[in-house]
Amino acid sequence: MTKTTIAEPRLSGDRARPAVLRPLAALALLVLFNAVFTPGFLGVDLRGGGLYGAPIDVLNHGSKVAVAAVGMTLVIAARGVDLSVGAVAAVAGAAAAALAVAGWSLPIVLAGALGTSIVAGVFNGVLVAALRLQPIVATLVLMVCGRGAAQLICEGQVVVFAHDGLAFIGGGTLAGIPFPVVLAGLIVAAAVVTTRRTALGLFVEAIGSNPDAARASAVPVGRVVVLAYAGSGVCAGVAGLIAAGDIKAADANHAGLYLELDAILAVVLGGTALTGGRFHIAASAVGAIFIQALTTTLYMHNVSPDVALVPKAIVVILVCLLSSPTWQEWRTRWRSSAAPPEPPGSTP
Amino acid sequence: MKPTLRFIPLLVTAGVALALYLTGCAMFPRFGSARVLVSLVGDNAFLGVAAVGATFVILSGGIDLSVGAVAACASILAAALIDSGLHPLAAITATLAAGAAFGLAQAALIAAFRLPAFLVTLAGMFLARGLGFVIHPRSLAVNHPFIAHANERLAIPLGDGLDWPLTATIFIAVLASGMILAHRTRFGLRVMAIGGDERAAALMGVPVARTRLAVYALAGSCSALAGVVYTFYTQSGDPAACMGLELDVIAAVVIGGTLLTGGAGFVAGTALGVAVLGLIQSLIAFHGSLNSWWTRIAVGVLVLLFVTLQAGLLSLARARLATRRAAP
Repeated sequence: MTKTTIAEPRLSGDRARPAVLRPLAALALLVLFNAVFTPGFLGVDLRGGGLYGAPIDVLNHGSKVAVAAVGMTLVIAARGVDLSVGAVAAVAGAAAAALAVAGWSLPIVLAGALGTSIVAGVFNGVLVAALRLQPIVATLVLMVCGRGAAQLICEGQVVVFAHDGLAFIGGGTLAGIPFPVVLAGLIVAAAVVTTRRTALGLFVEAIGSNPDAARASAVPVGRVVVLAYAGSGVCAGVAGLIAAGDIKAADANHAGLYLELDAILAVVLGGTALTGGRFHIAASAVGAIFIQALTTTLYMHNVSPDVALVPKAIVVILVCLLSSPTWQEWRTRWRSSAAPPEPPGSTP
Repeated sequence: MKPTLRFIPLLVTAGVALALYLTGCAMFPRFGSARVLVSLVGDNAFLGVAAVGATFVILSGGIDLSVGAVAACASILAAALIDSGLHPLAAITATLAAGAAFGLAQAALIAAFRLPAFLVTLAGMFLARGLGFVIHPRSLAVNHPFIAHANERLAIPLGDGLDWPLTATIFIAVLASGMILAHRTRFGLRVMAIGGDERAAALMGVPVARTRLAVYALAGSCSALAGVVYTFYTQSGDPAACMGLELDVIAAVVIGGTLLTGGAGFVAGTALGVAVLGLIQSLIAFHGSLNSWWTRIAVGVLVLLFVTLQAGLLSLARARLATRRAAP
C-alpha cells in the first residue's frame, strides 16, 4: 500500500512521448473532421505570389495567440499568470499607430511599441517578484488600466495609419507565406533555443517546481521572474503589432480582446501545468493553432462568433479536466493496478 | 491582524470616498444635491449586487471571473422567459435558480478536480456569454406591465419629485443580508476560515467542500440578480451587456479593503468600493471634457494602491506576531 505508485510511471511515460504530440493529435483530429465535413477546408492555392486557403488563414489568424502563448508559457511555468496580455497588446498597437501617424520610420515605431510592452512586463514582474503580490492580482492592475492607457494614446479614436513597414508586419507575405506566420515561427524557435540552450529554461522550471528550493540553490528567482514577465510583455507587444498591422489601424477597445484567455488556453492545451514547472513552448504554439482551427471550423459551419464561445468553453473545460491533478491520479491508479484498459467512467 | 490594522483599509476607502465626494462638491455646485446621490446608488445597483456576491468568493480565497457574463446571460434569460409569456416573478425566480446552479457547477469543478478557480470561471465566462447569445442573439425589450408597475409603485418618493428607485432598494437589501451573512453567521465564519488557511480550516472541522459550493452558488445567484436588476433598470435584456463587469466588481472588492488572498475583509467595505467607483464615474461625467477612459486608469491606480497597502499591512502584522512570539 505504501509503495510509491505515482512518480515513476508518470515520469517514464512523459519522457517517452514529446509533449507536442498531444496538441498535434488534437489538431490532426480536427483537420480530419474538416476534411470530411467541411468542403473546401483543405484547399490551398497560389494566387499572385501568395498562398491562400483555410489552412493558411488558420495559421495567419492563429499567429497572434501563438506569439502571446510563448510568453504566457514562461510566466505560467514560473508559477505565475499574466492577465494583462490583451491590454498590453492594445497599448503596443496604439503606441505603434501613434508613432506611425507622426511619420517615424519603422525601427523607431517598433522600438517605441516593444519598449512600451517591455516596461509593462517589467512592471508586472516587479509587482510579483518584489512586492510578492499574487500574479492574478498584480497583472489585474494593468488589465484594468492598460486599455485605458491605450485609449489615452489613441485619444479615444481608432487611429488609422498608412505605414508600409507596419502594415507588412500584419499583412505582408514572405515567400508566399503570410508574414505573421513567419514571425510567429521565428519567435517560437528563438524562445525554444533561448530556454533550452541556456540555463534560463532550467531556472524557470526550478522556480515553478519549488520557489523556495530554487532560491536555496542560488537561482536568481526575482530576476528570472521579472524576465519571464518582460518576455510575456514583449510577446503581447508583438501580437499587438500584428493586430494593428493587419487592419492598418489601432483599435484600443477591441485589439487583443480576450487574448489572455486564448493564450492561457493554448498553454493548457500544450500540456504545461498551471501549477508551474515543466513547460513546452512549441506545444503551446500548436495549442494556439488548434484554438484558431476550432474557431475557423465553427465559422465555416455558420456559427456566429458570439455563439462560438459555447463550444470553445466546453473544449476548455474538457481539456482542463484531462489535465487536472485528480484525473492524472485516477489515470495513474488504473495503469498501476493493471486494470483492463477501459475508460474510467464518462467525464462529468 | 490586530483589530486596528484590520480597519485601516476600510478607513482609507472611506477617506477616499469622502475626498472624492467633497472634491465633486467643491468643483461642481450641483454635485452635492440629493438627486446625484440617489442616482449614484441607483446607477451602480447592479454592480453593487454582483460585488456583494464576489466578496464572499474572494473572502473564501477564490475568484469569480464569470460575473459579467452570468449577469448578461441572466438578463437575457429573464427577458426571454417574460417574452415567452411567463409571469415576471416566476421568470426571475427561475433566472436566480439558474445563476445558483451555474455557480454550483463551477464550484463542483473547482473542488472535485482541484482546478484553479480563475481557470474554471474563465471557461464559465465564455460559456455564459455564449449561452446568452444562444438564448437570444440581440437585446430584447421587456414590455410586461409588471416590470413597469414594480419600477413605479415600489419606488420610494423622497419628495421634491425625487424617487428612491427599486433597484437601489434591492441593492441595499442584498448588502444588508450580505453583511449579516458574512459577519454574524457560522457560514460567514467558515468562509473566512477557508480563505485564511484552507487546510487549517479543514483540520478544525470546517466542511470545506460544502462551504465552497455554497459560496459559488451564492455568487452565481448574486450575478444573476445583478442581471435581473439590469433588466429592471434598462427594461430590456441584452446578451452583450455587462462586458468587463467582473473587473469592476473585483476592483470594488479590492478597493473595499478585502484581502485578495482571502480570509479578511468586510462586505460594507465593498459597498464603499462601489461608491468610490461610482463617484469617479460621476466626477468624470460632471467634468464633461475628460474622457471616460480616465475612469479605467483611475480605478487601476486605486487597485494598485490598495493591493500594495494590503501587502504592507500584512507584512507589518506578521512582524508584530513574530515579536509577540519572541517576547511572551
